[in-house]
Amino acid sequence: MNTKFRWVAALAVGAVAAGSMTACSASGGSGDDQTITYWASNQAPTVERDAEVLQESIDRYTEETGVEVELEVIPWSDLYNRILTAVSSGEGPDVLNIGNTWAVSLQSSGAFVPFEGDALEKVGGQDRFVQSSFATGGAEGQAPTSVPLYGLAYSLYYNTAMFEEAGITEPPATWEEFVEDAKALTKDTDGDGEIDQWGVTMAGSSISNNAHQAFVRGLQNGSELYDEDGNPTFTEDGIVTGVKQWVDLIGEDGVVSPSDAESVNGSDMAATFAEGRAAMFFDQAPGDNLRQRDFTDYAAAPVPMETADASGLEGTQSHVAGINISVFENSGNKDAALDFVAHLTSDDEQQYLAESFSALPVVTAAYDDPAFQTEAIQLKQVTLEDHAQPMPLFPSEGQMETLVGTAIKDLLAQAAQGNEVTEDDVRSALDSAASQMNSAG
Amino acid sequence: MIETRGFKVFRFFGLAFLSFVVLVPLYVVLTTSIKPLADVQGLFQWIPSRVTLEPYVQIWQTVPLAQYFRNSLVITTSATVLSVAMAVLAAYALARLRFRGQRSFSLVVLSTQMFPGILFLLPLFLIFVQIQRTIGVQLTGSYLGLVITYMTFSLPFSIWMLTGYFASIPQELEEASMIDGTGRLGALFRVIIPVAKPGIIAVAVYAFITAWGEVLFASVLTSKDTRTLSIGLRAYASQQDVYWNQLMAASVVVSLPVLIGFMLVQKHLITGLSSGAVK
Amino acid sequence: MTVNVLPPASAEQQTPPDPHQAAPLQPAARKKKRSLLPYALVAPAAIAELLVHIVPMILGVYIAFITLNQLSIANWVAAPFVGLQNFVTTLDPSSPIAGQLYGALGRTVLFTVIVVAIAWSMGMLGAVLLTSSFKGRGILRTLFLVPYALPSYVGTIAWAFMFNQRDGAINRFLVDDLGILSERPFWLLGGNSFWAIVIVTAWQFWPFAFLMLLAALQNIPNDVYEAAALDGASLWKQFLQITLPMIKPANAVLLLIMSLWIFNQFNVPYVLFGPASPEQATLISPLIYQQSFNNWNFGLGGAMSVMLLVVLLIASAFYIRMVLPKGQHDD
Repeated sequence: MNTKFRWVAALAVGAVAAGSMTACSASGGSGDDQTITYWASNQAPTVERDAEVLQESIDRYTEETGVEVELEVIPWSDLYNRILTAVSSGEGPDVLNIGNTWAVSLQSSGAFVPFEGDALEKVGGQDRFVQSSFATGGAEGQAPTSVPLYGLAYSLYYNTAMFEEAGITEPPATWEEFVEDAKALTKDTDGDGEIDQWGVTMAGSSISNNAHQAFVRGLQNGSELYDEDGNPTFTEDGIVTGVKQWVDLIGEDGVVSPSDAESVNGSDMAATFAEGRAAMFFDQAPGDNLRQRDFTDYAAAPVPMETADASGLEGTQSHVAGINISVFENSGNKDAALDFVAHLTSDDEQQYLAESFSALPVVTAAYDDPAFQTEAIQLKQVTLEDHAQPMPLFPSEGQMETLVGTAIKDLLAQAAQGNEVTEDDVRSALDSAASQMNSAG
Repeated sequence: MIETRGFKVFRFFGLAFLSFVVLVPLYVVLTTSIKPLADVQGLFQWIPSRVTLEPYVQIWQTVPLAQYFRNSLVITTSATVLSVAMAVLAAYALARLRFRGQRSFSLVVLSTQMFPGILFLLPLFLIFVQIQRTIGVQLTGSYLGLVITYMTFSLPFSIWMLTGYFASIPQELEEASMIDGTGRLGALFRVIIPVAKPGIIAVAVYAFITAWGEVLFASVLTSKDTRTLSIGLRAYASQQDVYWNQLMAASVVVSLPVLIGFMLVQKHLITGLSSGAVK
Repeated sequence: MTVNVLPPASAEQQTPPDPHQAAPLQPAARKKKRSLLPYALVAPAAIAELLVHIVPMILGVYIAFITLNQLSIANWVAAPFVGLQNFVTTLDPSSPIAGQLYGALGRTVLFTVIVVAIAWSMGMLGAVLLTSSFKGRGILRTLFLVPYALPSYVGTIAWAFMFNQRDGAINRFLVDDLGILSERPFWLLGGNSFWAIVIVTAWQFWPFAFLMLLAALQNIPNDVYEAAALDGASLWKQFLQITLPMIKPANAVLLLIMSLWIFNQFNVPYVLFGPASPEQATLISPLIYQQSFNNWNFGLGGAMSVMLLVVLLIASAFYIRMVLPKGQHDD
């Protein structure tokens, strides 16, 4: 009978599906001696490319040790949630990448292997790493639960052709010069009454970029985001001044297109820059993006500071950006996992990986390779070593980034819509962010 | 409804308005999917100045779309079939039979729609992991976990809808069948289901659409091998660049199965839901 | 068997029946054997619901009473019990979290009312206009269902693309083509962001209302309209006095379901704005997500959800009792 047949068929489909489902499962964190699982983050323009690059390095590792590595490249939109489920359930990979600003927060969960004693020895000890990068691995005074894998730092990128045209011979070294140059470069080039060339472009809706700026500008103006005990100090004068400087670029100074308040990531900035719509911007590694757009009329310079010779905390030009790598405490094969970490942070692999991903090596020896001797990279190396500080090393750092970054995003939106943003506005926005910090977790 | 001239004019403008509202974003998606990347990143152009089918080729390489397609198809189809089956059985019991706990069951099922969906995520994952450990059935990173999740998501509304639908079918039909000696279950399969086919299809469509586009649970319950299309779509917006044209092309491709299926089935929907339509 | 035999089923369509009506069917002689059948039929669904919905929900409620954050999450079973503290933090008007919560709650209510109103009106309009037969009806029916059939992510991302302040289609249309506005407004930032989510959500949901209303409308017999027309009632009057009352049960249920789903709306703001919505457009679900998944403060997120659950339960109970006639309020 028709109906019966249809139902039998449906049930059959269900059964087959159920059967194939159980067969088609991926293995979770393994206790298998011969295989370890590695969760990598998305560094290349596509997830596929990440897998390609990493597979080469993994193949070399497997050849050497006989241990297989199951690789999964996880897009940024999912990585944090995946780590959450791994930590809460105890089921996860053996090795994983993390954004280095997550390090302290993840450390406090106790789910990751601390790099001390034997573990630290396996990766060759602390000294071979770029110290500022290494410092991001965990809270001060505690053994880090992650070691750096890739390094990055902000630089100022500027359009050399526009600079020449405007008669500016050197990139700005102080914030004052920066704003001056930006104003000189903001103009209406085709005479239609509308500004079509802006001095600066930014990604106003990028929460993390905003938080980074608050951090750096704050330090340059003499204040930190947290005090020693881990209490948020967002309303310190230096922070308020620094944030106001940043917001004024769209507001009072008028050197940033209001549309930029909506830009969400680096590629928006690169696109604007490459199309000749802006003369300067701050970014970590726009090289690939600009190359894709066939744009070459640019150069890199250190991020401007309050005074040209600032040093110490006030000489901060960038936060220590980068990716770190951790080993899951629940890993069934910690030895192999640590070996793998040692492999990825070895001098040779560092040279290969950093080059492939347009990042910086995190071990000083790797910089000897001629590939890293270019001016732009040397600039970054100097920035990373002498002018960079890790983002605040407290577990609530992630929350801080979201709250401060969003507060700044809202201020920028305010300015972009033509409303005045006063110092009081900035202070109260930061104050609101700070009070939300205290009451949560 | 008697149609006056005035009504016909009103109808024309009303339908034109609705069509316009629906079509404009669809037009944007389609035209963007056939523009080269450079054209997509500047000011929006209503008429594409350059047309290319490149994006439709590139999407399969940028992201392993074919694999995601297969995963989505298996997962969604299984979830839909199972969900409909369970809903039909439960709805029949609720519509025709009396039993203790009937009301509570319905109420509890409804209450699940009041809890924010996102908060099921972590507890569900924890439960799955517990089960995994205790009886060794792989629920995370496998098809099974996601199928179980999706089939349950569409249960509340499906049960609710089918219950009302079954209730409106006159009892005489089943009585006749049972007098012939088929029993309750027989009546269900022989009489009710064929007659209620359209309602069942409506519910199946709803279940399919719900599962096909789900993102949050998929992001956490899938691994590299079982990743679904909805996750895949997000990969076109990487950290460094948003390939809008590919994203739109992939969106078109991803939407096609749902739309085609829907088109094939929609006639049954209306005729069925409106059993006995008097025209 | 022909379909004509079935009576107009619209009124009972969407609402489950009074179980008492089913009783007379069962022949007394078979009563004993029958007693297990309903449970067997309901069992699969019940088990699935238990596993995926009920137990996680209970767990979710439990989480509201503990401190579950980065520090305790690796060993969540042992997380400290803090009683009502999370609730206090969330509800105490002086805490900034509560401020955000109340704001989001109010905004979400407003959002729900507006979106349901728009979606329902459009759905009703479409249903009424497509009830009668004419050429091309089938095509339009399919077309109208597309926004709902499209995966939510796709629809939303298309709108995000259109809402872009500088390059998007919307501003292009309003400023360049029509010239109604002289400056390009922001849609994804600032005050307009609220309207952005209203527009996108209404666009995605109206076909659902359309579908359900169309079905309900099909079952109003034509002779009722004919009689009214003979009496001289205008079309609008017919609509108010015949159409609306006759679809009331189905309509009431539709409005309830839509309101619940739209109230808990998460996808649209998340895809449009990312993990942190602009203040003027923060709805309750994204707020809870922010607390739970951005800050890993699940205790607070859980407390907010429990409150949400309670509020919605009460509201639904009121609604059901008020709007649905006695004997039809079983679900």
